[in-house]
Amino acid sequence: MKLGDGIFGREIVPWLAVVFWIAVVLLVLVELVGASFGDAVEGFIQGAFGGRRFAYLMATLSRATLIVGMALSVMLSFRAGLFNIGGEGQLVAGGLVAALVGIFLPGPPLLVLAVSILAAMAAGAAWAMLGGLLQLYVGVPLLVGSLLLNYPIRYFASYLVAHPFRDVPSGMVQSHLVPMETWLPFFPGTRLDIGILFILVAGISAIAYSYTTVHGYQSRLNGLSPDFAKTVGLPVDRLALQTLAMSGAIAGLVGAVAVFGIHHRYIDGSLVQPLYAWTGIIAVLLVGMIPWLVPLSGFFFAAIQTGAAGMERTAGVPKEIALVVQAAIILFVASRVSGALLASSDRKTDGGSDA
Amino acid sequence: MLDLLFDTSFAASVPRFVTPILLAALGGALCERAGVFNIALEGFLLAGAFAAVLGSYFTGSATAGALAAMVGGIAMGLVFAEFNLRRGGDSIVVSIAINLLAAGLTTYLLRAVFDVAGAFSDPAIVGFKGINIPVIGSIPWIGHVLSGQSILFYIAVAVVPLMHLFLARHRLGLRMRAAGENPQALAAGGVNPKRVQLWALVGCGALCGLGGAQLSIANVNLFVENMSAGRGWIAVVAVLLTRGRPWPLFAIALIFGVVDSLSFRVQGLGMPQQFTDVMPYLATLIVLTALSWWRKRNPA
Repeated sequence: MKLGDGIFGREIVPWLAVVFWIAVVLLVLVELVGASFGDAVEGFIQGAFGGRRFAYLMATLSRATLIVGMALSVMLSFRAGLFNIGGEGQLVAGGLVAALVGIFLPGPPLLVLAVSILAAMAAGAAWAMLGGLLQLYVGVPLLVGSLLLNYPIRYFASYLVAHPFRDVPSGMVQSHLVPMETWLPFFPGTRLDIGILFILVAGISAIAYSYTTVHGYQSRLNGLSPDFAKTVGLPVDRLALQTLAMSGAIAGLVGAVAVFGIHHRYIDGSLVQPLYAWTGIIAVLLVGMIPWLVPLSGFFFAAIQTGAAGMERTAGVPKEIALVVQAAIILFVASRVSGALLASSDRKTDGGSDA
Repeated sequence: MLDLLFDTSFAASVPRFVTPILLAALGGALCERAGVFNIALEGFLLAGAFAAVLGSYFTGSATAGALAAMVGGIAMGLVFAEFNLRRGGDSIVVSIAINLLAAGLTTYLLRAVFDVAGAFSDPAIVGFKGINIPVIGSIPWIGHVLSGQSILFYIAVAVVPLMHLFLARHRLGLRMRAAGENPQALAAGGVNPKRVQLWALVGCGALCGLGGAQLSIANVNLFVENMSAGRGWIAVVAVLLTRGRPWPLFAIALIFGVVDSLSFRVQGLGMPQQFTDVMPYLATLIVLTALSWWRKRNPA
């Protein structure tokens, strides 16, 4: 076969196959609801990138901000060989604490905002470290420990805004608004809040940390070869906890950005239902954990989600098509690229405990 | 609180909560023993629950619903096999994708096929009736547990010893364990480990499918978005804790099932719903922590 030969051919053919299969999945799903494919495509592009004064593009960027933030959070853990899939809980912890501090702390708005964000980061970090402590001192594998920790915090937050801190007159299960002066402002002339800058700073710091500091190097080393790291005398337990703390702090920051930039309060389910944390995980996996590509893949998935909402508006295609397509992309793409990267960490079910 | 345990409606509800977790966990046990790291049980269960409603609605038969559920679960198992076994995708990545796939696809089809969002209930969905066992049914309390349950509960309980025997005696069962413990030796013996693992995934899909059917056409007669609600994850924990051995798995599933039904029962006692909702997860976390701690202290 001529096509399969050559430097590019070897790579291009399988990727074309991936694109082909995903297109097939899309076509079948759209056909199933009897929608017009042209309308669907138009709705998708409008929904992801269009709108009056690019309102939908702003929505995509705003969603991408949160997804990229969550992606950065898990990337730090994954690269250190830590299967922290509890980002959702850390995100909720951050969002909840940010809202409560924002509502109840008196003082100048900027100070309140700063304290809220720091408190949210601390809350996210604490929740992430809890999973790490369970693995290190009790022997609960991080993979399941971190996942199960999602549930208590989610229900606890739900309880707090359903009962003690509920904004009763609003009729919704949500907290009161944080003071208007603390809301993150929009970029001039747009409907996009400046939360994206926080994530940008966090992302640059995370990458700089990972590649320019000794600690970041050791942490990655620990991920690539835990045995080697242990043998050369690195404090692997402490490294793991510190990495988890950073990971959780970023997730907490994302929660705070969502609260002060988008919702201006804690709304029950608002951080869980859009699956920000899970989308962040797949955004990282899609690009094989290569940091520079994470913003692109985060934006890509955000566009799929807002585009799907557009398809629903114009062509009547249920927006859940986004989830199916995302899953298909991960299945086809990640099974090609990220297997080797993840392979180093222990996979035996009882293995995680004897660290 | 204590008299609650002797309440007959509580007794009757325990198996309803045990069954889905037990079936999913038994399916997960097959994978675990065959060396397939499958943490997509949540997605398998959800696919089963939806397929059960689909099958039951269009045929008017609960049995057909259960068969459809098995097909739905097996379909997920085949997707897993294709991307993990054949294409070599990482098992955790494939699992996460399958969980998303099941959540998306069931919700999408709910709207595409039935044109409803959130939940679908219809008189045309025929569910399983309870089976009354003559003598046992009249024993106080115990009778309510053992009698009047759906056929799926009895199947689930029967699978426990059957799987034990299967893994201990049957040729395929032994090969599955070999695939899990020493795939090279199995390959040297002329058996392709991946083929054996494929069967484990098929079996897992079928069992999880039945578990999903218990959720959607035995406990209730409807499908709700994301109705597996974390039970697949609890089953994953049960598998990890027992390393996929059927009898201990049964015990763990019983504990989780009892907590699940307790939390359901105390909802009526004026406790905030969030506290009762979180109970199964907390119980899972506590059992997981306690057993892990014990194992760390007493290495085998």
